[in-house]
Amino acid sequence: MSLINTAPEMAITAKVDDLLNWTRKSSVWYMMFGLACCAIEMMQTGGPRADLERFGMAPRATPRVSDVIIVSGTLTLKMALRTKLLYDQMPEPKYAVSMGSCANCGGLFQLAYSVCDGVDKVIPVDVYVPGCPPRPEALTEGLVKLQEKIQNERWLVRKSEPVGTRV
Amino acid sequence: MPLDAAGVHARLTARFGDAVGAPAGTGRDAALTVVPERIAEVCTLLRDDPDLAFDCLSNLSGVDYPKAGHIQVVYHLFSYRHRHWIVLKVNANRDDPVVPTVSTVWSHANWEEREVFDLLGVRFTGHPDLRRLLMPEDWPGHPLRKDFVEPEEYHGIATSRESLLKA
Repeated sequence: MSLINTAPEMAITAKVDDLLNWTRKSSVWYMMFGLACCAIEMMQTGGPRADLERFGMAPRATPRVSDVIIVSGTLTLKMALRTKLLYDQMPEPKYAVSMGSCANCGGLFQLAYSVCDGVDKVIPVDVYVPGCPPRPEALTEGLVKLQEKIQNERWLVRKSEPVGTRV
Repeated sequence: MPLDAAGVHARLTARFGDAVGAPAGTGRDAALTVVPERIAEVCTLLRDDPDLAFDCLSNLSGVDYPKAGHIQVVYHLFSYRHRHWIVLKVNANRDDPVVPTVSTVWSHANWEEREVFDLLGVRFTGHPDLRRLLMPEDWPGHPLRKDFVEPEEYHGIATSRESLLKA
């Protein structure tokens, strides 16, 4: 939703939901969850060239103030239990991005005895970013997709939905 | 003066007799087979004798030989003072592999022995802290053994994933 040249100087009209979502999507703080080589690309995405800060995204080192967890790298079974624990500590509304082949499905290490075949086996995932590892452009696109998802959510006016489905 | 494997072997047999086998292999691969009970004493001599002076344990690993019925622990030693190498091999009974620790000789062996314990189940007697190093503490079995069977699930996480490419 672009506001430039669409609104008069003194007043802006918007649906409350749109305004809420616009503010929410513009300050998505992501939890740093670098597990392997994908973490290097995630750091680059936070760097000056891809620059996640322009979306209002700031890296956090704790789940308690994070809005999204970016699982970047090979998830071992040992780490999978901790991932669940950390995800449970995040406040709602919360999102999860699975970055790279390993987090998507186990990737190269799918048949290894120690590797969890995809982070979606332990937490619900909103956006999958393919690649091995994905370039910063790919992760940026994934996060823009997440912003689109946040923008289209409805919080104040909800249609009746079956119990358990997320709007 | 750098010693070759025969020279190291001569010095060890003078003290330990038949406990140290004849060198097999050439160059840096030359290996001496040592009976499990004497390995700690052999290593102490290799470190402390001024003509041997093996001050560096380059690597400590394990191999499973199910047909021969033993688990082999392999020690790669290097001397910074004399610039010579030697490889020691210890064959432990596969049903109950017990080898004295060398972590009292080279403290670096502490974690290496924990890794061999974790992946192959060798118990190193006298080790100060023999716990799993890589796998979760409640992991069943030792995954580098040839007869290891991967569990179907771990804490409710299935360890296999269906391929979407299959019809």
